[in-house]
Amino acid sequence: MAAEKLSVVKAINASLRTALENDPKVLVMGEDVGKLGGVFRVTDGLQKDFGEDRVIDTPLAESGIVGTAIGLALRGYRPVVEIQFDGFVFPAYDQIVTQLAKMHARALGKIKLPVVIRIPYGGAIGAVEHHSESPEALFAHVAGLKVVSPSNASDAYWMLQQAIQSDDPVIYFEPKRRYHDKSELDRSAIPAPLHAARTVRQGTDLTLVAYGPMVKTCLEAAAAAEEEGKSLEVLDLRSMSPVDFDAIQASVERTGRLVVVHEAPVFLGTGAEIAARITERCFYHLEAPVLRVGGYHAPYPPSRLEDEYLPGLDRVLDAVDRALAY
Amino acid sequence: MTVDSTAARKPRRGSSKRAGAKTRAAAPGEPELVQLLTPEGERVEHPDYSIDLTADELRGLYRDMVLTRRFDAEATTLQRQGELGLWASLLGQEAAQIGSGRATRADDYVFPTYREHGVAWCRGVDPTNLLGMFRGVNHGGWDPNENNFHLYTIVIGSQALHATGYAMGVAKDGADSAVIAYFGDGASSQGDVAEAFTFSAVYNAPVVFFCQNNQWAISEPTERQTRVPLYQRAQGYGFPGVRVDGNDVLAVLAVTKAALERARTGQGPMLIEAFTYRMGAHTTSDDPTKYRRDEERELWEAKDPILRLRTYLDREGLADEAFFAALETEADALAKRVRDAVRTMPDPDNMAIFENIYADGHALVDEERAQFAAYQASFAEESN
Repeated sequence: MAAEKLSVVKAINASLRTALENDPKVLVMGEDVGKLGGVFRVTDGLQKDFGEDRVIDTPLAESGIVGTAIGLALRGYRPVVEIQFDGFVFPAYDQIVTQLAKMHARALGKIKLPVVIRIPYGGAIGAVEHHSESPEALFAHVAGLKVVSPSNASDAYWMLQQAIQSDDPVIYFEPKRRYHDKSELDRSAIPAPLHAARTVRQGTDLTLVAYGPMVKTCLEAAAAAEEEGKSLEVLDLRSMSPVDFDAIQASVERTGRLVVVHEAPVFLGTGAEIAARITERCFYHLEAPVLRVGGYHAPYPPSRLEDEYLPGLDRVLDAVDRALAY
Repeated sequence: MTVDSTAARKPRRGSSKRAGAKTRAAAPGEPELVQLLTPEGERVEHPDYSIDLTADELRGLYRDMVLTRRFDAEATTLQRQGELGLWASLLGQEAAQIGSGRATRADDYVFPTYREHGVAWCRGVDPTNLLGMFRGVNHGGWDPNENNFHLYTIVIGSQALHATGYAMGVAKDGADSAVIAYFGDGASSQGDVAEAFTFSAVYNAPVVFFCQNNQWAISEPTERQTRVPLYQRAQGYGFPGVRVDGNDVLAVLAVTKAALERARTGQGPMLIEAFTYRMGAHTTSDDPTKYRRDEERELWEAKDPILRLRTYLDREGLADEAFFAALETEADALAKRVRDAVRTMPDPDNMAIFENIYADGHALVDEERAQFAAYQASFAEESN
């Protein structure tokens, strides 16, 4: 099949459709995922085609959604649950952390928990409080969970397929500000492994690592830097747990400089872990300290201030300049 | 035995179905309590819940309760001797657990909290399997699918949702088995239990919620959890609730069988409040003398679940001295087996830290496992 061009929303929808068609044990669950098709229309039309037993509108109770998904997984189902917005996941955090993440180990491997939790995350859509957060580090910190985030339609499709097929619980963060960006999807392609980082632009002077919504920002930064004669490499991390440190290391060994970019607060974030690991691995290759660009140690601000809070082109390029100045 | 939902919702007082047996009437203002065997060991009838057991079955229930109590006592002793880090005793709750556990069918699925040693016994889980987590060698350690008995859950009430989800799956499969979720009066305050009630009701899931109201959540009395009798909560969610004498193994058996049958036949969830008493501490870590009076325990000791069945068996001549003597010997043997098993339980291998975290593997775990192995190996090299 030739590549088609479609939005991230449509790619996720297509991915869910494929999963529902391929495996009768796959279920889609969440608030408003049925008739409405989800508040972002990610599940549009699925209930109509697969029925209320497969695409399940749930009560408005996040702990209940995840807790019952665990029970369904124990019965042999593969639930894909939707948390409506990032900031709403916390009522379910207990079930995810104390139950979902640990049950496989507690049963000495005798049971599997193939649950996928889809969470639209990140800012820049002018939303109200609790609708623009990036809590990925809170999940990546928990052993037993895998955490991924696609940045384009192809990854959105394939990574969700892989997450659903995984016997481990996967937290699948969807970059909601990129939902309507279109890119190519080749459904006959052989996808990259779920947890492999990918070089999305080659360069020689500095490596930018980003994931989800910040990949596009970093590509724009690299294009702007090129006009100033700087050659930036951009890595799409794709997975926050596990992290493909080997790919970052290989890039940094060539460029000598690393800047990590994410929307989430810098403090104790994914970038902190990458900076520490890469410093250990690449100490003699680094020409500058690893720098991080991200959110502040502040609650996500009212939307009139979010442009100041979120890493934009200028903040990324400023960090690039600082790294290159060493 | 089946019971229609109306009957389950409203236990009625009425004439006895069984000639010669008495019917217990609730005192004015006291919530209805299903009882088939009085604290004095007298058989009574309830209009909605009846049960007819053979002498063999009655002796079987007695045996289960005695052996469970003995196992529990041995575990408490082992904790005092430093062999277990902690123990959550079921002393006083044997009837609630054996009665409900024996009501389940092999293909039913049980989601326990951390005190359901008697239910585990009924499900055929080897009692020594329960001790691993209390000794600190694992966090559960058994295969839940072997006896359809899920792992103990420490976080209060979480398993009510797992049971509900599992039951939703049972219904999707078109199976006619049922699911039972255990929790305590303290857990009734948790949001997860409330959410489980909501989900089970709206999806008509075949799940029975079995609340052992043992009157205390560590040091917090039931009055700190609720202003209405717990079984009445069910009504607000749209399914029946019933309070059963939790120290009456016959009543618990009858009510749980009815509730499970109800679930199996597509009539949805039901809440059973087993009104009982925790005679010991919450766990070996607390000291109930700091928060409750001796007189309270004495009052409940008079309602001892084992004693009352013994009185009944004696009075009706359903068991002879040889039975009780043989049971005593069996209990001693069980205690010894448990003691020996705990004392010889091997510590897990160091590498167990890294086992079974992910089904499909994880690069960071692989890396840290290798580092840890190399670090451990360095000691072996030093000692060479």
